[in-house]
Amino acid sequence: MLLRVNGQEVDVDVEASTPLLDVLRNDLGLNGPRFGCGLGQCGSCTVLLNGTPIRSCVTPASAATGEVTTLEGLGSPENPHPVQQAFIEEQAAQCGYCANGMIMSAAALLERNANPSDTEIRQALDAYLCRCGTHTRIISAVKRAAGRAS
Amino acid sequence: MMEHFSINRREFIQGTGALLVCASTAQSQSNNLPGTLNRNNNLDTWIRVNRNGTIEISPGKVELGQGIVTALAQVAADELKVDIERIHMIPVDTDRSPDEGRTVGSNSMIQSGNALRVAAAHARQILIENASVRMNTGIGQLAINDGIVSDRRSGRMISYWELLSDGRFNAEADGEAQLLDSSEYRYAGVSVKRFDIPGKVFGGQSYVHDIRLPGMLHARIVRGPRRFGTLGDVDVSSVTGRPGVVNVIRDGNFLAVVAEKEHQAREAAEQLRAAATWSYQESVHGSASNPHLLRELETTLDQVSLSNPDGSETVREYQAEFSKPFLSHGSLGPSCAVAQYENGRVTVWNHSQGQHQLKGAIADVLGLDEENVRLIFAESAGCYGHNGADDAGCDAALIAYHMPGAPIRLLWSRSDEFLHEPYGSGMSYSINVGINADNRINRWHCDLWSCSYSTRPSGGDSAGGLHAAQEKTNPLPFPIASDGRQPNGSADRNAVPLYTIPNQDIKEHLIMFPPLRNSALRGLGAFGNVFVIESMMDIVAHDLGEDPVDFRLRHLDDYRARDVLIRARELAVAASPIDVPANMRLGRGSAFAQYKNSNSYVAVILDVLVNINNGQVRVVRAFSSADVGEIINPNGVSNQIEGGIVQATSWTLKERVLASANGSQSRDWSSYPILTFSEVPEIEVSLINRPNERFLGAGEGTQGPTGGAIANAIYDAVGVRLYDLPLTPDKVLAGINS
Repeated sequence: MLLRVNGQEVDVDVEASTPLLDVLRNDLGLNGPRFGCGLGQCGSCTVLLNGTPIRSCVTPASAATGEVTTLEGLGSPENPHPVQQAFIEEQAAQCGYCANGMIMSAAALLERNANPSDTEIRQALDAYLCRCGTHTRIISAVKRAAGRAS
Repeated sequence: MMEHFSINRREFIQGTGALLVCASTAQSQSNNLPGTLNRNNNLDTWIRVNRNGTIEISPGKVELGQGIVTALAQVAADELKVDIERIHMIPVDTDRSPDEGRTVGSNSMIQSGNALRVAAAHARQILIENASVRMNTGIGQLAINDGIVSDRRSGRMISYWELLSDGRFNAEADGEAQLLDSSEYRYAGVSVKRFDIPGKVFGGQSYVHDIRLPGMLHARIVRGPRRFGTLGDVDVSSVTGRPGVVNVIRDGNFLAVVAEKEHQAREAAEQLRAAATWSYQESVHGSASNPHLLRELETTLDQVSLSNPDGSETVREYQAEFSKPFLSHGSLGPSCAVAQYENGRVTVWNHSQGQHQLKGAIADVLGLDEENVRLIFAESAGCYGHNGADDAGCDAALIAYHMPGAPIRLLWSRSDEFLHEPYGSGMSYSINVGINADNRINRWHCDLWSCSYSTRPSGGDSAGGLHAAQEKTNPLPFPIASDGRQPNGSADRNAVPLYTIPNQDIKEHLIMFPPLRNSALRGLGAFGNVFVIESMMDIVAHDLGEDPVDFRLRHLDDYRARDVLIRARELAVAASPIDVPANMRLGRGSAFAQYKNSNSYVAVILDVLVNINNGQVRVVRAFSSADVGEIINPNGVSNQIEGGIVQATSWTLKERVLASANGSQSRDWSSYPILTFSEVPEIEVSLINRPNERFLGAGEGTQGPTGGAIANAIYDAVGVRLYDLPLTPDKVLAGINS
């Protein structure tokens, strides 16, 4: 099966029904998307498909037709995405397990709305769960990435 | 800087001057050491200086997302007088790391922080003495800058990494070395950015879930709906024929499947689950869903506090019944472990809070000598206490034991985590408080019913509490229910008010045969106990027509307790007004506790909006002041306070384990909803730093005050007093309508 992940075409030998998350983590060795529930409820596994956040744990690999972007494809320590940089600046994590979904979703939000209000940020992230309670820092990080450092 | 008298930090760590004078024998020397350093007094266990100019620091505490690794690096860098970039923190490995007990109870700075400070001072002293000899110069002539020792007169220099031939100190810590004056610290009190966050935002190998060994196989566990089930005959042939399935392991009532690929293991496990039948001797008691029914069960009694009356007459009494439901840790990532059994020795990468303790338990379960069990910590999603981490470690070890040589990665499913982790116990309370003619509380009688908050596994009797220990052929004996005791407390943690109150009679009724599996959840009993205490303080204050904060201050003698309450009130008073929609009522509530009556002081004041049409409660904003003693990393402490407020708001407003006669029915995030972004309050935190005071810990102090403050704010908003957590809209609405 041919997939396009983080700007590269990859050929993976998997069954079509294999969840995209498994392919990204186990066949391509990526760590960014994380297994949280396998039910599409928590958002830890989020990747972008053609720029739109999707839950890779409930998306069959065969449905990933288009450009898949993971946390690794968003930016790197040498060339961080503004949202990744803002998460570091704001120390917007405790355990950090949810950070992938938060960052991917926030990056997509800023693509379609460069200057979201607090309410819009909360709405965009409402279906992404954080158990450590770092929500207010995450909101600050998204605002910082949007050029509104709090 | 506060003006109050305080014990100097160095005196506290090293003992008094008088004790130092006595420190001429080995025995009394060791008495001067922080406890965990005393038990692991080989300096090389803690600190290694590498020839490449890096310094390895190996604490016995683990990173749970609380930022402890960075804070400990700050402590070590300061006391060693090196740049923090040189510090390389080693995750706990039972083959190498000191046993500092578990990473629990907000104790890590108190234990590891103090131990590392004293160990590093000793290491620095050895290094400068070596330099003095090597350079033939008096120590007084030497200065240290980033690990470079220089002679002030000649300018000659030598580095730490040139001073030790093999990087080893070959010395036992004695607590004799002089700590630096805090004015020489560069990192204490500075918000150094966490070491672990970049890896987490760029997709680094951050968690145990990310470990990939050559030839690694994927395993899933198949458990019944609850513990103590008997597994019937299972036809495994349909599963073993599936593509990629390597093995189905049945060991007594323990059932697992191993496959080449992860989704193959997942699908095979679901097929096995459908084929498996479980039988149980008893149904689950109704107390699983109604904690007040815990009073029907067999208990043992512990007198938590008993004190004499002060002689004043009680002129008014307040009697109330409270409850707190069973709560889930709800870790965002399910528990995971990687294990390999080779040449009679098993290695388990896992995320237990107690690596050395779980090592003993796994040895017992597998029937191995402890030296043939090695545990290595790797991070996971936040646990907030005893979640599935230990069981997953043991599950992986048992599977690996059945498949020598093969690296096994075991991941629990979401429902495994919800159904099989130990919960924070439900609690029931009956309380009677009296006041005298001076409007002072002069009686505090409280009975609390709870299951244990302390069932963590270690070698010996408690190993039998692990799932696999019960399920395997020849199960280990199941531990008899027991619980921690004062002064730290367990279910009774913070059951004793810090307020100055005579005539206390506080009893814990410990349930011997719990309806659900329970253990430590952040704060243990403190969440429920402080909710009850702070609700009662509010009830009495309102009845007397007195400001609830003033009423508390009138019963508090400890100036540090008073200071956080006063500071939190200042924050709240200074806040801008809130627009209140017509269908809403605004309320403000306050609460305070000193965690364990010996740890952090935390006050929380918060504002709620209550929708009078549907009973919905929204915590709009929270103000908190905390005193955790000497602060190493202010941003890290604030992160803990903020997160604690959000998590406890979730517990208070939304959370309870759903249960039926067949056990827990909370199996995913739809049957166990938690607070989301649209419901999270804005938070303002003011920390009171006391650089000359000892560390108090920061991780758990916020839980109790947050719950109490929300209940009190709801009362302030709509005049409804709620006694049974969670404080859900139906209860609020029923109160409004009555």
